[in-house]
Amino acid sequence: MSFRTTPLTVAHDRDKSTLFTAELREAIDALLTRYPEDWQQSAVMPALTLLQDANGGWLTRALMDDLAVYLDMPEVAVYEVATFYGMYDLEPQGRHKVCVCNSVSCMLRGSEELIEHVGEKYGVRPGETSDDGRFTLKEVECLGACRHAPAVLVDKTYHENLSPEALDELIDGLE
Amino acid sequence: MTDKITIEIDGRACEAAPGEMIIAVADREGITIPRFCYHKKLSIAANCRMCLVEAEAGGRPFPKPVPACATPVSDGMKVQTRSPKAIDAQEGTMEFLLINHPLDCPICDQGGECELQDVAMGYGGDVSRYSERKRVVEDEDLGPLIATEMTRCIHCTRCVRFGAEIAGVRELGATGRGEAMRIGTFAAAAVGHELSGNVIDLCPVGALTSKPYRFQARAWELTGRDSISPHDGVGANLRLHVRRNQVLRVHPNDNEAVNETWLADRDRFSYEGLHAADRLTQPMIKRNGAWQAVAWGEAMTLVAERLKTTEAATCGWWLAPNATLEELYLAQRVARGLGCRDIDSRLRQQDFRDDTAAPLRPWLGCTIAELETRRAILVVGSDLRQEQPLLAHRIRKAALAGAGVGCVNPLELELHHGATQLVVDPAALPAALAAIAKALDCAPEGAGAALIAAAEPDDRHRALAELLRAGEAEQGGLVALGALAVAHPDYALIRALAETIATASGCALGWLPPAANSVGAYLAGALPQVGAGGVALEQPGRALDAMLAEAPRTLVLWGVEPERDLIDPTRAMAVCEQAEFVVACSAFRSPALETVADVLLPIGAFAETAGTFVNASGTWQSFQGAVAPPGEARPGWKVLRVLGNLLDQRGFDYTSAAEVRTELAEQCGEITHDNAARAALEALEPRLAEGGLVRVGGVPIYALDALVRRAPALQRTTMPRATLALYLHPQQAEVLGLEEGAEATLTQGGQTLTGEVRLDARLALGCAWVPAAVAGSERLGAQIGPIEIAGGGLQ
Ligand code: SF4
Ligand code: FES
Ligand code: FES
Repeated sequence: MSFRTTPLTVAHDRDKSTLFTAELREAIDALLTRYPEDWQQSAVMPALTLLQDANGGWLTRALMDDLAVYLDMPEVAVYEVATFYGMYDLEPQGRHKVCVCNSVSCMLRGSEELIEHVGEKYGVRPGETSDDGRFTLKEVECLGACRHAPAVLVDKTYHENLSPEALDELIDGLE
Repeated sequence: MTDKITIEIDGRACEAAPGEMIIAVADREGITIPRFCYHKKLSIAANCRMCLVEAEAGGRPFPKPVPACATPVSDGMKVQTRSPKAIDAQEGTMEFLLINHPLDCPICDQGGECELQDVAMGYGGDVSRYSERKRVVEDEDLGPLIATEMTRCIHCTRCVRFGAEIAGVRELGATGRGEAMRIGTFAAAAVGHELSGNVIDLCPVGALTSKPYRFQARAWELTGRDSISPHDGVGANLRLHVRRNQVLRVHPNDNEAVNETWLADRDRFSYEGLHAADRLTQPMIKRNGAWQAVAWGEAMTLVAERLKTTEAATCGWWLAPNATLEELYLAQRVARGLGCRDIDSRLRQQDFRDDTAAPLRPWLGCTIAELETRRAILVVGSDLRQEQPLLAHRIRKAALAGAGVGCVNPLELELHHGATQLVVDPAALPAALAAIAKALDCAPEGAGAALIAAAEPDDRHRALAELLRAGEAEQGGLVALGALAVAHPDYALIRALAETIATASGCALGWLPPAANSVGAYLAGALPQVGAGGVALEQPGRALDAMLAEAPRTLVLWGVEPERDLIDPTRAMAVCEQAEFVVACSAFRSPALETVADVLLPIGAFAETAGTFVNASGTWQSFQGAVAPPGEARPGWKVLRVLGNLLDQRGFDYTSAAEVRTELAEQCGEITHDNAARAALEALEPRLAEGGLVRVGGVPIYALDALVRRAPALQRTTMPRATLALYLHPQQAEVLGLEEGAEATLTQGGQTLTGEVRLDARLALGCAWVPAAVAGSERLGAQIGPIEIAGGGLQ
């Protein structure tokens, strides 16, 4: 058995129909239809995104454990995914996420300046949330938008070629 | 056979099978390629990059160095493991690996036997170019067996893959990414699998080490001695590491036919029991109720005199089934030389009704290695993982390879593979087997005829019958009887029905030998109806049940703790107390022995004597003593040799354990094992009536024998149903009006005791699980038998 081709199935002793909400279960079930029968656990990534969005932008241990039950996975396998990718957050977040790319292209094109700017102007450093709870600043790896570096992802929208002023405008426009 | 191809490694032509990885071929040829993540028993991760080599296939060189562990060979491939390009790549990897590895080798337990240290010697630079701060990783507590120092981890993920692939339960994982990657449980759960200690061997660095061994010694101070594990029927091959006459730790020796490269934690950590405070180190005689240390001569003369003067028919011998073959053989020689026939080593069995028909040389039913190629396995009456951790692993391999695994048990086992589990009221175990037999269209014949005739199989029985039938078509199947079946009041019936099922489905009948020498005990003649060489005796002696019903006047206990090792400890203690003279030959001085014995003779424990165990496959595995027994204690076979001589018996001039073994081997002749009944049995009535509550006393994994019961680290682990309590199915508890945590009064064998109620939905209805062989269980009766339960504790 290879653990990459045959993900380990764990039957948890819990009633799946009590997990999450009916809408979320339906949405996850819809995701599951996208993957071949032996690869159902691949749905863990989009499912985590769903759960995170429904939970105000972050994942709790309980949510991850429940997803492990729902997808018949070992809990630790869900933790592995959730801790690997930068788009999952395991702590409470602000209402919006401002994700500044600080990988090489963006760094060469001024992303550190952006981060410093946010720190000075709003008193928010990477990983911190503004006092009014409006946004959390995240420093992320390459967003795949190097061509128009520096790039910033605000919630689910890409913004490219940003100057500190342009970033200000974006942040000020947030609820 | 697949076609062989030829490849060239470092200019040497090597034969290989297509699809093999370069590293596997190199290993076979004895060509060293450095590696960390590759392990022959685990899947390939190829994440450490230490095994980079230069290669060319079809005359075209690969553009980059390739990982030898993940590059399949092809015909005519040329591999360079030591070319400048390969070495350069290997050195580069090494430098990266060392960036974050702490330089704490002087205080690291792995120092001196560390794969990283060794490889760094070969490929590392002298001076680091990295002057930034190294990362530091917080430790997790993984329980009492495994010490962690996670800063040392190099993320090879061997431990993670072990959990997923071998143990079958993902306890460890790799969370985080890049430099933030951590190996751990994330949820900080103690690692609770019975094979978990193997990650200590797998971890190439000092991140996971043995907790009991921590800071005890340095690898180069230790001398290795080969030995055999004295616990279950596998007889795992051990390498004992000894310093100044002390066993300081235990590692596995590879043996594909026995333990592959694994050890159960019981095999690995039980050595700690050797250092127990209550070791018996001197011969002792009880005079006027007080124990006195005496010289061997005095003690042996007394014993010989008493044995000579007792009437042979009133003398009983209880021999531990984990005594060595030599001890068992000599003990029965001494006993039978005196005319005593009441000898038994089946201390956890209560139904002997089929002794005239039961097999003389039983065994597993196939070899241990063959277990994983069975196509169907039906486990009857066994708490499998607790009883036989390594056989359970083989069965898991069979299941993963597509075999059907079924279980008939009074509890639902927690198995990490698919299995069809039939959970039955313990009293209904024979009836359930009869229903499976009927589903296989067996005629109502033999011992269980009435049950088969009355059986009404339902879908569950038919499913198990089908599972066995499917096995027949291919490689054959196995119907294996476990320790719970053996301890059952209707074992004779269960065995007869299991044989009926096996025959009808074309499977072999099997038995999971519970102790290290359970199979050997038959060959040594340590049973009332079986003589040395595994032959039937014309005049059998009394079996254990008869000795428990009517106390022998003189008793010889060999390696036995009567309050823990016998099927009915209350009866056993009463019998010992009634006996006029009790000699206990033991490595430990337990309070119970002090109460009932008149003479205590100190014998060497595991690792302190030469001997032989015959494992479940019927393989004779001999070993030498690795350390001297403490104080005045002597290897058991020598004590028996002296006893034989003092009793003026002939032929007790052995000069070595090997001589004893050779003598027995001659008597055994060509050894064939066979589980089939020797004769047809009369119809047997079930003794355990359905409808009442039945106590089932499984022996917890770390309570199996005197040695493991004294191993502190193992005793600190949390295993299921390991401590004395009353475990009930929630519905059963409701019927009885009991709640979790409530106190209940248990009455069995004329004794009562208070136990706490624990709810456990895995148990069958009708089953009151109260573990045996643990503290407190000595105040109860038969391991499996009726029990009365009332709410409220004793006042
Ligand atoms: S703890 Fe040891 S075995 Fe596990 S990943 Fe780290 S180095 Fe490898
Ligand atoms: S480096 Fe920022 S988008 Fe690629
Ligand atoms: S051993 Fe080949 S990459 Fe680790």
